[in-house]
Amino acid sequence: MPATWIVLLVLALAVTGYVLGRSRALKSAGGDSRNLHSLPRYYGAHVLLMTLVPALGALALWVILQPLIVDNAISAGLPDSAIPEASTRGLVMSDVRRVADGLDLAVSEGTISAEDAASLRPEFNNIRDRLGEVGVALGSDVSAPVLKAAQEYRRASSTASLLMTITVLAIALLGFGYALSRTNGEFRARNVVESGIKALLVAAASIAILTTLGIVLSLIFNTLEFFKLYPAWDFFFGTTWSPSFGGGSELGILPLLWGTFYISLIALAVAVPIGLFSAVYLSEYAPRRIRSIAKPLLEVLAGIPTIVYGLFALLTVGPLLLKVFGDGGLDWMQAGTAVMTAGLVMGIMLIPFVSSLSDDIINAVPQAMRDGSYGLGATKSETVRQVILPAALPGIVGAILLAASRAIGETMIVVLGAGAAARLSMNPFDAMTTVTAKIVSQLTGDADFASPEALVAFALGMTLFVITLGLNVFALYIVRKYREQYE
Amino acid sequence: MYDAPTLERDVTEAKTKFSARNVQVWYGDTHAIKDVNVEIEDNTVTAFIGPSGCGKSTFLRCLNRMNDTIDVCRVEGDIRLDGEDIYDKKVDPVQLRAKVGMVFQKPNPFPKSIYDNIAYGPRIHGLARSKAELDEIVENALRRGAIWDEVKDRLDAPGTGLSGGQQQRLCIARAVATQPEVLLMDEPCSALDPIATAQVEELIDELRANFSVIIVTHSMQQAARVSQKTAFFHLGELVEFGETGHIFTNPEDERTESYITGRIG
Ligand SMILES: Nc1ncnc2c1ncn2[C@@H]1O[C@H](COP(=O)(O)OP(=O)(O)OP(=O)(O)O)[C@@H](O)[C@H]1O
Ligand SMILES: [Mg+2]
Repeated sequence: MPATWIVLLVLALAVTGYVLGRSRALKSAGGDSRNLHSLPRYYGAHVLLMTLVPALGALALWVILQPLIVDNAISAGLPDSAIPEASTRGLVMSDVRRVADGLDLAVSEGTISAEDAASLRPEFNNIRDRLGEVGVALGSDVSAPVLKAAQEYRRASSTASLLMTITVLAIALLGFGYALSRTNGEFRARNVVESGIKALLVAAASIAILTTLGIVLSLIFNTLEFFKLYPAWDFFFGTTWSPSFGGGSELGILPLLWGTFYISLIALAVAVPIGLFSAVYLSEYAPRRIRSIAKPLLEVLAGIPTIVYGLFALLTVGPLLLKVFGDGGLDWMQAGTAVMTAGLVMGIMLIPFVSSLSDDIINAVPQAMRDGSYGLGATKSETVRQVILPAALPGIVGAILLAASRAIGETMIVVLGAGAAARLSMNPFDAMTTVTAKIVSQLTGDADFASPEALVAFALGMTLFVITLGLNVFALYIVRKYREQYE
Repeated sequence: MYDAPTLERDVTEAKTKFSARNVQVWYGDTHAIKDVNVEIEDNTVTAFIGPSGCGKSTFLRCLNRMNDTIDVCRVEGDIRLDGEDIYDKKVDPVQLRAKVGMVFQKPNPFPKSIYDNIAYGPRIHGLARSKAELDEIVENALRRGAIWDEVKDRLDAPGTGLSGGQQQRLCIARAVATQPEVLLMDEPCSALDPIATAQVEELIDELRANFSVIIVTHSMQQAARVSQKTAFFHLGELVEFGETGHIFTNPEDERTESYITGRIG
């Protein structure tokens, strides 16, 4: 039975359980809910949860584990002779899976009958062609052991699926029966449901944390793999970035970090003053009508996809800068793509980010604080400078650091606006590139994933991750420190 | 404790400081102050009394245009300070508020050190020419606010870290430090113990020599102790205004009488 049907069945059982549990509890109290320990709906919810959660948990676990276990079992059963030279067990297993999937498909489309699929012999039936008919392309003819393994694979999978259906439904029924049997007026359903809900929330939180952990671990392992092929010292302190897929590449991160840093700096130099000042204007000076128009407009700016900003950099800002600083003008700039172009556009992208965060923070400063200052005869700007901004400072610093981590992680604008040359230069009108842009270019194309040229992407990602993590931790620290002082 | 009999208070022929004519205040559609007329004299302590929500704070905030900061608030009528219409277009509310200081109903110290809280006004208005002078102003204000002894060793500590009553006195000291001509005090003693209350009342009496003081209070005894004039507000109207002794011994309106004898409130 497919998993969808199992889920629907369990759901139906759970809903029935809700109704039954509720009415059973009411009946045990003689129809008067005041005699119950908890509200009737808690008894219903108790049965519902007991039916649903263990069964669906088991289903999820099973769906994840079954392919792993079946795979292992079949793989162990493959004779060594079935593995051709210059191939690995893993590659052969992926053939096995393809054939098994192909047979499944053929059976479901009716080109092969179910019995035939189980008893096909490679010597007699042209399997490759017959699978090709249903759209499964195989690289070579199917050898006898592979076919045998695929047939076994199908058999094991279908047995396992049957077993899964039975187990899950049994667990659901057990939970249903157990919960219903415990339902009576004395039973503390509310407490049980409360702790059940808490467990669900904990599970959700742990999934989020475990996923993050998984990503970080995979980053770390691949980075270590990279450092086995390429010395860490040369990576962190090398000043040249020139990958060549033929070998002998130089993969120094410094030019990329410098590009990232330089572009982010220009972006922040644009975004922080403009964003902050517009936030102050909007929250302290603007009449209500202007505020109600301007604030949504600014937020629209935040909704523009970064690729559009990238186009804007490439087609508008770059040529404009070139006209002023290029050949015809000051002659500092060779091409439209430059640190300045990307930095300016990224700054524009960050303005709404800074301003809307700061605006919220400034608005959170209590009105009493303003009253106190105005009441002493302070002007608006004095109040803003001496009372509101200091009170809002930790939040604003946090907002700026968040903007900085966005600038560091930004890719599209850099790819389109800053060029692709990795370079250590002080001239903001030179083309440079950043860590993120290089991660993209290292992984696109026909890279061999085991080469240092591809693995370096993980090391770059890891470095970036550590930097943004550091920034965020620092932001939190600042916010905490000042909060303690002021509250 | 300080508790001078009201009748001995000399009310010399003082000149008018504030004069309000037909003042109306609306918060959106709520009519919070209805047609109030009142003359507030210089060198006098005037008490505003009345049940909660009757508009005492609202009227007080009209006198230094603090209501300008509330979007929905609309003030009509004529309020004059020393004969000058304070709602005139030419008048700068910032300057007005420097002259008419205010202590708010809820203590609102700035998230700064105690010293900077007090020095805020003097710095803005350039009252001190040197650091030493500023130190002196700060110490003086804190002494008058009856809080010097408690904070003199921790002037660098944040003002928000003080207790509620200490914050209230800090705010009084902060208002005094700016050296206003009129001081508006909205329930300045609501969180103070009897000793601090007595000290603040002493300060109010002292201020009377140079300033005009208006104090909102829920304590009849306090009104009787510190004020020479009392105004009784009820549901946005000024019901009765006159000499404190007269109002407390011989009220003309029966609403005033019920309120001070504790029957409405
Ligand atoms: N900011 C505001 N917005 C709308 N209505 C307000 C506002 N401030 C006060 N009001 C209304 O105006 C009326 C008078 O309020 P006010 O604060 O002046 O009362 P009060 O006499 O000071 O009361 P209390 O003794 O409790 O401080 C009340 O009905 C109140 O609901
Ligand atoms: Mg009030």
